[in-house]
Formats: sequence, C-alpha cells, structure tokens
Amino acid sequence: MNISKEKCVGCANCVPVCSVGAIYIGDDGLAEINTETCVECHNCFRGLSFEHLQPGLTRTIRRVLKKFGLRFQPDPDVCPTEAFIPDELSWPRIVRRAFSDPMVTHESTGVHGRGTEEVKTNDVSHRIKKGDVGIVVEFGRPGIGVYFREVQKATMAMAAARVTFEEGNPVAQMMADRKTGTIREDVLDEKVLSCIVEVTVPLDDTVRVLGVVKEICRRAETVISIGVSTVCDEAGNDPIREILERQGYQIGWAKVNLGLGRASNASINAAGGPR
Amino acid sequence: MTNTLHRFGTPETLNNDFIVFAMAGKGFNDEGALDKAKTFLRTAIKYRPINMGNALVNALYRPEKDLTFIKLYFVGRQEKTTYERLIDELPSSGSAAVVFDDGGQASQFVREIKQLDLGVSINISALVDDVRGICGEVDITPHAVEYTLGFHGNTSRLPDRDTLSLSTMCGHGMVSANFAKKMIDRVKEGRMAPETAASCMAKFCVCGVFNTTRAMRVLNRIKKGE
Repeated sequence: MNISKEKCVGCANCVPVCSVGAIYIGDDGLAEINTETCVECHNCFRGLSFEHLQPGLTRTIRRVLKKFGLRFQPDPDVCPTEAFIPDELSWPRIVRRAFSDPMVTHESTGVHGRGTEEVKTNDVSHRIKKGDVGIVVEFGRPGIGVYFREVQKATMAMAAARVTFEEGNPVAQMMADRKTGTIREDVLDEKVLSCIVEVTVPLDDTVRVLGVVKEICRRAETVISIGVSTVCDEAGNDPIREILERQGYQIGWAKVNLGLGRASNASINAAGGPR
Repeated sequence: MTNTLHRFGTPETLNNDFIVFAMAGKGFNDEGALDKAKTFLRTAIKYRPINMGNALVNALYRPEKDLTFIKLYFVGRQEKTTYERLIDELPSSGSAAVVFDDGGQASQFVREIKQLDLGVSINISALVDDVRGICGEVDITPHAVEYTLGFHGNTSRLPDRDTLSLSTMCGHGMVSANFAKKMIDRVKEGRMAPETAASCMAKFCVCGVFNTTRAMRVLNRIKKGE
C-alpha cells in the first residue's frame, strides 16, 4: 500500500486505523507507510470513507486555521482526499495480503481468510471425526502480526512432537517439508496479520499436544489465540470440555456447529451419496 | 477462519452477543449455495439482527467512498446500507453471518432456519451455555463445538481490556486496537456519542460480525467512568 504525497493533507486519520501500526506522520507532516511493518491487509484503503477534496486547497485551509489555533479535522473514519494507492503485489510479498486481507480468497484453500472451514462445515465434511480433536493455533492474533520465521519455530516444534498438520490449511501449503515443519525459505521474512496452524489429534493425546503449544506460547514474541474443537456424541455432549477445564482453561465463548448441513452436490449424489 | 471465535470479555459482557452464520462446504453442498445464503439472510431480517455480512462485499455498516461537502454537511452520512441491498449484492455464498443482541430473537431465527432445511452448515458463536440453551429450545442436537482457550504468548503486547473487548469483535483484526482506543478516548472526552463510535468501528469489519450493541454497552460504561 502507498499513500500519495500529492494527495495526503496530513490529517492523520489513517494512523490509528492501520491494523499493525504501520502508518505514521513523517517529517514533512504527511502520512507514510512503513512497508516492512505493513501486512497489506488493505484496511486503510477499504475501510476509510473517502471525501474528494482538492488537496492543495485543503492544505491551505488547514494552514490558515492552524494560525488561529483551529483545526480542520474530518470525521475519524474519513480520508479527505482519497490518498491511498494499492500496490500491484508480486511474490513473495503477495503472501502478506493473502493472509491478512479477509476479502481475498486464499488460492490454496479456496476459502476466505487465514484457515480452512474447520468445524464450521464438519457436519458435511467430517474432517474431524468422533474421537479426534482439532487444535487451531493462530499466530499474531489479535492485532499484533507475525513473521513466518517465527511461525516456523512453532511448526518445527509441533512436527518434532509428531503432530499431523491439516492438509488443506494455508500455512501447511507454505511448508517445504511437513514432516519437519519447515516453511519455504522465500516467505520466512514476510509478515502477516495472523496465520492459523491446524492439527488434528486423538482425544487422548490432546493434553500432550496442548502442552507442546503451551511451551511454544511461553517462548513466543507474538500473541497466539488457541481454539479446540471436537465432535459431539448422540446426545450433543462433547468430551473435551471437561478435559480442558481440568487443565485450567476457562470455558465460555464457543462456536457450535448445529449439524443442519448435508452433502447435496450432484457429484456426490451421482457417486452414491455422501461418505 | 475463526473470525468469531476469540471475542474478548467476561461472560457478563459477552451475553447478548450471538453470531449465527451459514456456510456451504466446498465440494459438498456449495452448488446453489448463493440462493441459500440469500434465503438465510432474508429470513433473518424479521428477527431484527443488528449486523449482517459475508466478507465478499462490504457489510451492513460500510464506508462511503463518494462523500461530498453536501453529503457531509447537509444530507448527512449514511452509516449503513439496507439489508436488501446487501443481500442483492452478494456475488457468492461465502460465510453469511447475522448478529443478534437478543438470545430470544436468535433462537426464533434458528428455529425458522431449521424448518427451512437449507442443507448448509449453520453455526452459532456465543457463550456455549447460551447456545446449548437455544439448541434445547429448538430441539437441535449440536454436531460439533469449538472452544476458545483465549490469548497466549507475549500478551504484554496486547492493549487494555476495554480496547480488546472492542477490537476483537472483528476477528480478522480490521478494527485495530489503536482505532478502538481512539473511539474510547473520543467518547470519554464527550466528542463522540457511543452509538456513532460503535458504527464507526463496525464499518471496518467487512464480515459484518461486529456487535454494535455490545460496543455501545462497553462505551457507555466507560463514559460513566465505571
């Protein structure tokens, strides 16, 4: 992302809007983007409203008002001169946008966002089976961001702990070797707003793997959000809550798949019904 | 994506926050999913959702890209679009989400969605015991559950609790902590009404899962100095 020096009037509205604090006011009084910190989420370009004021006139008005101790300040969600210019991104920088802009479909998964459909469609995909537990580890969330170099430290530790990475996950797609958890060299210095590592483990291995994740968290430079999912039994009860509470985790907020979905695509019906 | 999974707050501040969303599984039931997503969203309207979206177009609350002097100072700003316009704009099904600030309305909506039998996956993100309550009322046996275990790692880098409770209502991180903090400061200073600040933040959440009622509650509490 770029900010046009010709258009920017230095109102600084975009500074707090940036998801990772990459926008600042430079020595010339105009907004600039620290391209190393920017994760190409396009939040500034997409989320700010645009007013199409004439930049030169606006700067003059701001200067004149300043002399009288007054300010011309647009609403906090408005860029008065539409000063943002999105870049044409190429590899590997485009990885930043793929993982950070929620409106971009991740090519590796065909899904918007940073992970897979996880348990959201599990009633039709049966990705997580009864007796299994899905562990979703999101690096950089909330709002801090992470370099793939740091993610690699974690994926290597997870691989060493003999966990199996979810095949369709975007981070797994970035791996050079899933057995060792190494990520391809050319993306290691790319920063993203967050990225999700997904693993599936047998129920009785959950505590051990969460212990591995806990150790990763202890050494992390960034923040990490953790989610744990499982399939319910015939009565709708799940076997994981009690285990988590015993481990000291507070259970409150959750996402529940109501089980109302069914596989209905013609290709599935032609093949004799869902698996 | 786990965009509704990690909302920060105590159970007391997270009640009356219900996100119901419909999603088709790629390769399983995505044929004809757009019409089902539209039916899902249209059905929600009569239950008065407070937000709506699907991340493929801007949500109910959306930025205005064509502001003019006349619009700003004479006509007034348009903080959100209409439900119908949003639904008509959907290019594909995505993850169609509606947000309720009332468990009763969410429950009635789920009851009707169950009767419609759309065949796509329906999920609710909320306090798990509240969801189980809805399942009981509507006679649904849940298929799967995903719990948040919260934020870990270098949590010293996180902002204060009030800021976090606002910014994490967009799970994709589009409501930045700095912007949430700015909104808090403006409300505290009396320069902005809580409802204006809430809709200002909601415009950045492209999925439409930002709960403006909860944001107003947080901001009103801060304004009162509680």
